[in-house]
Amino acid sequence: MTASIPDFSDLAGLAKGLANGAFSAPELTQWTLRRLADDGLNAVLAVNPEASLRQAEAAQAQLTSALAGRAGSPGLGFSLCGLPIAHKDIFVTRDWPTTAASKILAGYMSPFDATVVEKLRFAGMVCVAKLNCDEFAMGSGNTHSAYGPTKNPWDHRAIPGGSSGGSAAAVAAGLVPAATGTDTGGSIRQPAAMCGLTGIKPTYGRASRWGMIAYASSLDQAGPIARTALDCAVLLSAMCGFDQKDSTSLELDAEDFAAGIDQPLPQAKAATPLGGLRIGLPKEFFADGLSAEVRAAIDAALAELTRLGAHIREVSLPRTGLSIPAYYVIAPAEASSNLSRFDGVRYGHRAADPKDLMDLYCRSRAEGFGHEVKRRILIGTFVLSHGYYDAYYIQAQRVRRLVAQDFDAAFADCDLIAGPVAPTVAWDIDAPTTNPLQEYLADIYTLGVNLAGLPAMSVPVGFGQAGAAQRPIGMQLIGPRLKESLLLKTAYHLQAATDWHTRTPPPVGRSA
Amino acid sequence: MNWEIVIGLECHVQLATRSKIFSPASTEFGAAPNTQAHMVDMALPGVLPVMNREAAACAIRFGLAVGGAIAQRSIFARKNYFYPDLPKGYQISQYEIPVVSGGQVRIITDQGQRSIELTRAHLEEDAGKSLHEGVDEIPSGCSGIDLNRAGTPLLEIVSEPVMRSAKEAAAYARALHTLVTWIGICDGNLQEGSFRVDANVSVRPVGQQAFGTRCEIKNLNSFRFLERAIEVEAQRQIELIEDGGAVTQETRLYDPDAEQTRAMRSKEDAHDYRYFPDPDLPPLIISPDWIEQIRSELPELPEALRTRLSQEFGLSDYDALMVSATRPTVDYFFQVIRAGEGQGVDAKLAANWIMGDVASNLNREGLDIDQTKVSAAQLAGLIARVADGTISNKIARDVFASLWSGEYPTADAVIEAKGLKQIQDSGLITGFVDEVIAANPKMVEEFKAGKDKALNALVGQVMKKSQGKANPQQVTELIRSRLHS
Repeated sequence: MTASIPDFSDLAGLAKGLANGAFSAPELTQWTLRRLADDGLNAVLAVNPEASLRQAEAAQAQLTSALAGRAGSPGLGFSLCGLPIAHKDIFVTRDWPTTAASKILAGYMSPFDATVVEKLRFAGMVCVAKLNCDEFAMGSGNTHSAYGPTKNPWDHRAIPGGSSGGSAAAVAAGLVPAATGTDTGGSIRQPAAMCGLTGIKPTYGRASRWGMIAYASSLDQAGPIARTALDCAVLLSAMCGFDQKDSTSLELDAEDFAAGIDQPLPQAKAATPLGGLRIGLPKEFFADGLSAEVRAAIDAALAELTRLGAHIREVSLPRTGLSIPAYYVIAPAEASSNLSRFDGVRYGHRAADPKDLMDLYCRSRAEGFGHEVKRRILIGTFVLSHGYYDAYYIQAQRVRRLVAQDFDAAFADCDLIAGPVAPTVAWDIDAPTTNPLQEYLADIYTLGVNLAGLPAMSVPVGFGQAGAAQRPIGMQLIGPRLKESLLLKTAYHLQAATDWHTRTPPPVGRSA
Repeated sequence: MNWEIVIGLECHVQLATRSKIFSPASTEFGAAPNTQAHMVDMALPGVLPVMNREAAACAIRFGLAVGGAIAQRSIFARKNYFYPDLPKGYQISQYEIPVVSGGQVRIITDQGQRSIELTRAHLEEDAGKSLHEGVDEIPSGCSGIDLNRAGTPLLEIVSEPVMRSAKEAAAYARALHTLVTWIGICDGNLQEGSFRVDANVSVRPVGQQAFGTRCEIKNLNSFRFLERAIEVEAQRQIELIEDGGAVTQETRLYDPDAEQTRAMRSKEDAHDYRYFPDPDLPPLIISPDWIEQIRSELPELPEALRTRLSQEFGLSDYDALMVSATRPTVDYFFQVIRAGEGQGVDAKLAANWIMGDVASNLNREGLDIDQTKVSAAQLAGLIARVADGTISNKIARDVFASLWSGEYPTADAVIEAKGLKQIQDSGLITGFVDEVIAANPKMVEEFKAGKDKALNALVGQVMKKSQGKANPQQVTELIRSRLHS
């Protein structure tokens, strides 16, 4: 019936189909909803076909009138109108329940849409689902969802990464062409890497946090996960922009990150479009702990970048190791306060028959929050306590400034930084998790970026082997403040020269 | 043993902004519960605070008015604790770097004038209100939460512990209340909780340097209660120590009916508020330009005005203080002076009328001065007629009553209609004087024997005959000259 809709298409391809009338927005939405209905991955937390179709009809009306008055758009940019998008369940939505993958918000209906959700809807995108994640975005494997873990479509035994694991899994499995994510310590880049996708976290303040359920306010940023750098560029352009409802939002004009993305760098030739680009490799990112297969895949990608004209040089981020303890003080501190509002008084889970106020608080929260969330609330409460504040929180803020200074110093010698996203490929869902530190240590390459508020992305560069299955590997590109365009251009040219981003998982467990 | 009382006050001043400090909801008092609670005030998932610059402008005004230092960069912090009327589980306040540091407020007591030094003033949001069963249809066994007040901007003004008596503390609270209403940052409504005072009270033997252990008395919303609460709390502490006990640091509530303070929570129960900078709010940056703009809009402050009232207008310190009690009072005073210009309406007379008949009529009817029934122009017209001798002071009070009741539009109209004009015809008055002298030989004897009282009685008789329209001074002189001749 809708055979004309291609599997695993990127947004750009689907936009062409809509533009030339191969299929309509409602048809594309129906098709996507059918896929989402039987995902076999536990990536989906909520759908509302009626609301989705309503949005699709509106988008189609826009498309029809726009098509009538337009002779094709110049450049590579494309209209998002009529294209499906699914949101991480951290963004509040009016027509879908929003749970943050927590029992404490089971069935919660927000009276408003997050700014990012609203912006994408204004761009004509059709919301098709809310996606699984780690509870309140706390986790690196999507195993901390109150609604069960999400499977990696490349290997169902593996985690999809986290915390935006549902987003990455859904896109990798071809259930949706793109999804939103949030990144507090790597939560967009790491699942994108582990699912073989492209994902970007912009500079802190680019995307509004209004309507994004806060984990750690000074670190949280929204961004897209999609198949290609171009798709990410178009999505990110629509998601960002100053929002007066978020005081930490940057007062910048909207930027088109897709504009000129295919052009070579200034002074570079078409054959070597990245000519003159200085890429720094932090030596601390290639030290002990990095698995050989990840190392090999990164090396191969760097060789490709060199062929495209880039110069590789070593830089140093000496405080890389300290970013883990600093992050795991600051993020839980903010989280312990941000999550105080979930008290059973006004909305969300409330314990039955409370004896008194204290009982209401204690049991509502004890019943509503999962282990990892409780752990971080306890850590955060501890580090802010009288007598410990200076030793932990203040010290962590000092380290945070030093980490940012390390990046500034490195960018004096290079235009962008490249390295691994995670030390290994995705681990097994049922890997023993007796020691939470192990999961925390896996964030070593991503945390510093959030502490410094920098833009960074993940680009697929190969696979590792886990038995018979392949598990994807991502390369991280980190830019100076506001240099998203340079990151995306670099990724675009790498993708133009390679095909890692076009690989699709084997059909096992995927409903055809 | 002689004891010294040591008092410091923390005053919570509700700022008169139209919307809340971090949300667009209205701050209007008295709306139905939760109708003025924006989703930011309800702390729904995903909401964020946005600073209301008007609240910061109020803080700057205050800082300038008390001569404090205004921080170019101050920080909002989260004060974390759980309470049902605190929706976020934290209150946004300022902790390490407040918007205003230092400054002072002048007070006048019967001991004279002095300055009370301020520690700081910081911006914060108010909490909501818990309504308990029985109130507003709350069913039994339940409590209700009204978030209309949640997020109302407050300026918490903290004094140094420099006050030494309950009277001094009350004088400071009154002066502060006058100041914040004067500069227009607070409506000053004590009943609605726009101005709430916490008192920190301790006692120590006279001469001892170290402070005693203090208790904090919460939420005093009248100056009389404040004064009384401090007195009974100090007495309680003194008796406790004299009986061999020790004061424990705690928070106490004043019960005005029982005239005593009661423990609310001890230091052991005190929260660890886990203050840290609010990551949702950038530092509050105040530019020198902004400060200068606000300085240029600041009204003349009570102290400067009082000096001017004494120096330029010749009022006594007491009169100056009374006339400048509130901004509307002094506005009225100046309107009277302006309306009476060139008609002999002097400041002293105007002040007397305002503190006398105007004040007593307002009090009797429970009105504020801006609701007065005798306008400044009417009062000026009345004073002018006293000044030019048309009517006596005594008659003037009757004229005032007629103006107040709205019987006639002007003093001249009253005088005309009721024929109250002072008799200028000295022949007629001389006639009255002679009649009275003839009819009261006994009093004349007494006067001649040196009894001044008798003179007053004679004058009174003449005034009576003239129906009050004679000029009493003229009458006195006439009687004197008749009896001395």
